[in-house]
Amino acid sequence: MTDDVGRGWFEHGDPTSRDQRRERIDAGSAERPEDWPTKAVAAGFATDRTDYYEKLHEATIDTAREIVREQELADDHQLIHAVRAMDDCERTANELAERLAEWAPTITGEDGTGIDYARVVAERDPETPAEERVVSLARQVVALADERDALREFVERRTQSVAPNLSALAGSILAAQLIALAGGLKPLARKPSGTVQVLGAEDALFAHLRGRATSPKHGIIYTHETVRTAPAGHRGSAARALAGKLSLAARVDHYSGERKPELDADLAERMERIHAREAER
Amino acid sequence: MTLPEGVERRPFDGEERLATRGPPVYGEPTDGEWRAWDVRRSKLGAMIDRGMETGLTAGASVLYLGAASGTTVSHVADVAGPTYAVEFAPRPVRDLLAAAADRSNLFPLVKDARSPETYAHVVETDLDLLVQDVATRDQARVAVENARFLAEDGRLAAAIKARSEDVTRDPEDVFAEALAGIEERYEVLDTQRLDPLHDDHLAVVARPK
Repeated sequence: MTDDVGRGWFEHGDPTSRDQRRERIDAGSAERPEDWPTKAVAAGFATDRTDYYEKLHEATIDTAREIVREQELADDHQLIHAVRAMDDCERTANELAERLAEWAPTITGEDGTGIDYARVVAERDPETPAEERVVSLARQVVALADERDALREFVERRTQSVAPNLSALAGSILAAQLIALAGGLKPLARKPSGTVQVLGAEDALFAHLRGRATSPKHGIIYTHETVRTAPAGHRGSAARALAGKLSLAARVDHYSGERKPELDADLAERMERIHAREAER
Repeated sequence: MTLPEGVERRPFDGEERLATRGPPVYGEPTDGEWRAWDVRRSKLGAMIDRGMETGLTAGASVLYLGAASGTTVSHVADVAGPTYAVEFAPRPVRDLLAAAADRSNLFPLVKDARSPETYAHVVETDLDLLVQDVATRDQARVAVENARFLAEDGRLAAAIKARSEDVTRDPEDVFAEALAGIEERYEVLDTQRLDPLHDDHLAVVARPK
């Protein structure tokens, strides 16, 4: 669009085309501002200044609305699909790796487990029809594990832009998993922190509600190191405190979108106090 | 101390508060056409409340950087003329759009205030007022880069947020550095800390030089 540099947003091929107007406002540029209202009237784009501002109002609202809509479609929905695909790849790779760990040693004579073992088997040059199948299966496992890593990288990057504060507090992967479990950033932001605390522990929660178990202390936030490393007996308080701060971060991300570094410090301080309780006893 | 025309102190639930006339935006208390301007949620509101001469006047042309969800810029547009509202994050723009839909002089732009050339083809020149409330690093640079939109006798009204520059540094040092940066392009007319309404914020009013 370099030929448009230095021209007003209204100077384009077809002034009646909404798409073109949006494109010009969104992607156009100029080194310096000019007296655009006067130029627009002189160019016949508007009959007078009032008419110009009316048209500008309509065009800027139209453009902003479209950007917001695209962003919303793009952001957390893509993120949710990616997180779920990442979990699927992980689960499937592990499941097939287990199958491989049972099968492959009967042919190769070498024992092993997991994805690393699949990588070793995948390197083999198969000599029999059975070995061909085993090696091919191992390559599928490796491909799935690689796809999981690529999805993970995508999720990390995307979460940092969708939910900068939640990512900073929870880590990008846990943040993305919470968003996926809640069904989006907005639903997550609207959940009470007690619900956030047990997201991912629905089975245990419903068992508790039916009166068959104690209430779960934590759901997926268990993967957060401040909960995992909290002294036994204080894990519930750590989970509750973390859930409170994560809820707050999700709300800031959803409603303001602005990064607030002070949230990190609040969480660190709160966790330090909980972890210090053990020392006092 | 005189308030800008279009801004008044009016009682809401027995408390004198700043108010402007316009459609409500964020659930603020209203009294007929008047709606309360929450100075705890608005740095520009706090500046006016403290009696700073911000350059906001009836019918003024304004560029507002860091409009967020439109709380403050909606009050500005109630008072001013053409008001360009720049906000980079798409999420708060949803609410900004609601405020702009009711105000024909408010123009929302989803742009990065650090790159004025991406909106100089839309925002006009010779503006009366540049309001800056951006939570990015290098806020002084943003003020300097956007001086191109101001008229010779225009005003910059900026709220410098210490924590956006560096959370770990002493706010006083951050402010001194930011002021020095602003003075490259402006003559500083007035400064005030906005605590306790807005912690670690320095309000700056300046004129291009």
